[in-house]
Parts: sequence; C-alpha cells; structure tokens
Amino acid sequence: MYAQMIKSTGKGVKSLDEMDPEERAFQERINAGGKIEPKDWMPDGYRKTLIRQIGQHAHSEIVGQLPEGNWITRAPTLERKAILLAKVQDEAGHGLYLYCAAETLGVSRDQLTRDLLSGKMKYSSIFNYPTLTWADMGAVGWLVDGAAIMNQVPLQRTSYGPYARAMVRICKEESFHQRQGFDIMMKMANGTEAQRRMAQDALNRFWYPSLMMFGPSDKESVHSAQSMAWKIKMNTNDELRQKFVDQTAPQAAYLGLTIPDEHLEWNEERGSYDFSEPDWDEFFDVLQGNGPCSVDRMEARNKAWDDGRWVREGLLAHAEKKRARKMAAE
Amino acid sequence: MSSPESGSYDATEAAPHGKPRATEWPLWEVFIRGQHGLSHRHVGSLHAADAESAIKNARDVYTRRNEGVSIWVVEAAAIAASSPEEKGPLYEPSNDKVYRHPTFFDIPDDVGAM
Ligand SMILES: [Fe+2]
Ligand SMILES: [Fe+2]
Ligand SMILES: [Fe+2]
Repeated sequence: MYAQMIKSTGKGVKSLDEMDPEERAFQERINAGGKIEPKDWMPDGYRKTLIRQIGQHAHSEIVGQLPEGNWITRAPTLERKAILLAKVQDEAGHGLYLYCAAETLGVSRDQLTRDLLSGKMKYSSIFNYPTLTWADMGAVGWLVDGAAIMNQVPLQRTSYGPYARAMVRICKEESFHQRQGFDIMMKMANGTEAQRRMAQDALNRFWYPSLMMFGPSDKESVHSAQSMAWKIKMNTNDELRQKFVDQTAPQAAYLGLTIPDEHLEWNEERGSYDFSEPDWDEFFDVLQGNGPCSVDRMEARNKAWDDGRWVREGLLAHAEKKRARKMAAE
Repeated sequence: MSSPESGSYDATEAAPHGKPRATEWPLWEVFIRGQHGLSHRHVGSLHAADAESAIKNARDVYTRRNEGVSIWVVEAAAIAASSPEEKGPLYEPSNDKVYRHPTFFDIPDDVGAM
C-alpha cells in the first residue's frame, strides 16, 4: 500500500493480562472502538509505528505527484490538463494532511522530510515506475488510486484520531481520482486501434506493480498482528489484494482489455477470482531503491527541496521583519 | 530492508507539538466556517511563515471544494489545551446534574407542547 512493510515492535501481541494497567486501559479503549488522541498516553511502539506508517504514507502522496506531474504539460486537451492538475494538487493536499497527523506524534516536519530525502524513510514502490504514455494517466488513476482506496477506506476507522480524520478527508477526494482515470481508460479503449493498444499496454505494465502495492502476504507477520491489535492496520494484505482483484477484473472486461494474467479465473467456490502473485523479488528490489525511476524520484525531491530553500528562508525573514516593524510601531 | 528502522525518532520525540523549530515555518491550526451557518470548525494544521500566508495556504489545502467561506488561523503554540489527566475533575461534576436535561422533568401530556 502507500505504507508497505511497516514494522511494529515485533515482540508479538501481548494479552490484556500481560499488560500493566496503563497499557491495558489503552488497549481496552481501542477494543471498544475508542480513539486515541495526541495527548493521551500511548505505548512507545504504537507511537513509533504510527510515525513510520503515516510518514511513509505522506511521502507516497508527495512522491506520487511526480509520475502524473510528468504529463500535465502534455495532456491531450485543456480540460484533461485542468483535471490532472487538480488531481495532482489533491495529492499534495493528502501529503500535507498526513504530515500534520504525524507531527501530532512528536516528530517534526523537517525531520520527516530529511528522512525521505536521505532515503531512510521509504514511499510506496508503485511510484518508482515510469509513466510512458497518456494511457498511463488512465491506468494510474484507475488502478493505483483504486488500490489506495481499498486500503484507505478502512483506515478511516483507525484508532489514532488525527490519522482517522486525515483519512476521512482523503477518501472524500479519492473517488474523483479513480473515476477520472477510468474515464481516460474508457476513452482510450474505445478510441482508435493505436489508442486501444496504448490502453492495453498501460494495463500490462501497471497490473502487477498495483498488486504489489498491498505488500507481500502478512498472514504470519508479528508486525501486522500487532498493528491490527492496535487498529492501525485494519485488514491483511491478502484480503485487500483479493478485494482489489475482484473489483477490478470486471472493470477490465468492461473496457475490453485483458489483464495480463493467464491464471486469472473466477472461482465459484470461493466467490472470488484466482490470480497470479506478482514477482516479489522485483518488489523487494524496487523497495531497495532499484526501481526504474527510483533515482529520478529522489533526485527530483532533493532538487525541489534545495531549490526551494531561498523561498523558505526569504519568507521567514520577511515575516520576522514585518513583526519587528509592527512591534516598533506599537 | 523496507521500512525505516525502529528508534529513528528518539531524538525528536520530546519536541512539543507546534513549537517552532529553527529551520521550520511555524505551525498554524486552521478553522473553517462552511456556508450553512455553523461555527468555525477545526480542520487541520499547516506550516506558514506568517498569518497572511497561513490563510492563503489554508485556502489551497483545506477549501479546494468550496468547504468554506471563512478561515481562521491560530499559531499552534498560542493554543492552551486541557490535558487528558484533568478529565475527571473537569467533566465529572456534570455527570450527576441530570436535571440540566429537559427529559429529567415529567410534564403531563395535558399541558401540551413544552
Ligand atoms: Fe492521495
Ligand atoms: Fe493517492
Ligand atoms: Fe489519489
């Protein structure tokens, strides 16, 4: 997902009896569906895991602007350009909501930014793939935002108040993202033969990377078990991936496009599609920083940060000067 | 391999929320009043060099879909908040004052609407 492979304490989930009274009260509140707010007591592991998870999610929204930003100047019509611009601007907003939520846990914005730029913190593997044609804007909105929605909708009920509230705002905006993507795909799939081929090619390239977004199977993971007990993860990766495939397969059929998986087949007994796993070696390799665009993405973020420095400092100096002038006048 | 290592945030944990840091623009809390006459409501926060740019940023971050017709921004450091430990002394006194609710009183039906 936008946050992949987040490690919690890794010690395994404690039973209520093993907890001291403070932690037990905390866990019981979560079990009862209550929210944890910034000033409330929380276990150190809960706080640290959330900083990693929300931070990684925020970084993904920010870096995720790059593959789509790539097409803003080359959108086929003025209307498509305005729509794409609005979509990318929303993603910047998502990043900002999430950074603010992470900051309530005691980490600074600058620290989070530094950790992204140094490569210490990660962002979703999906944004390390290139967007080669206009059809990729369709595939990204349809598949990538579609996969993100699968994960974000349940997170609106997450136990940490500021995170849950950020998710509510984000989910309100995501459905536009997916629909504008599908709209592009419909146009391309029903267009000329060359356009249809482009749409099929985009689906071919984005299908498996989209499945990877959910992360490898975590049925056995102690980290996931802990995160689920804390309600900062609401479903297993496999559950969400299956849901995504079940939703997307009929949509591809509607478009008249073929999902690049010869084993994709409706399983009557399970009431779900069977499908092939993505190449997990590739996933880990991309996560290590060896994706086709990993270097470009980090260079672009670092350049934006460095080039923006004079603006950040200039506005701060200007604000201080104004404050001093006002004080002197009083 | 994938996620940042545990313990990465030890150095910054103690930093109080909203306190400006040397390299960072101050943090502002944003309140928005929608079109339907309800009070300003807290919607989130953002960083900005001063109040003027905080309002402009709030317009871009929090009102992209006509969510509001009025914006307040307050420097986060200027907000005083009650702490969770005070919950008892602050809110418990109202628990036993059920007569503050209209349903406490039984008014005969014959009296009519009241
Ligand atoms: Fe987003
Ligand atoms: Fe997204
Ligand atoms: Fe999106």
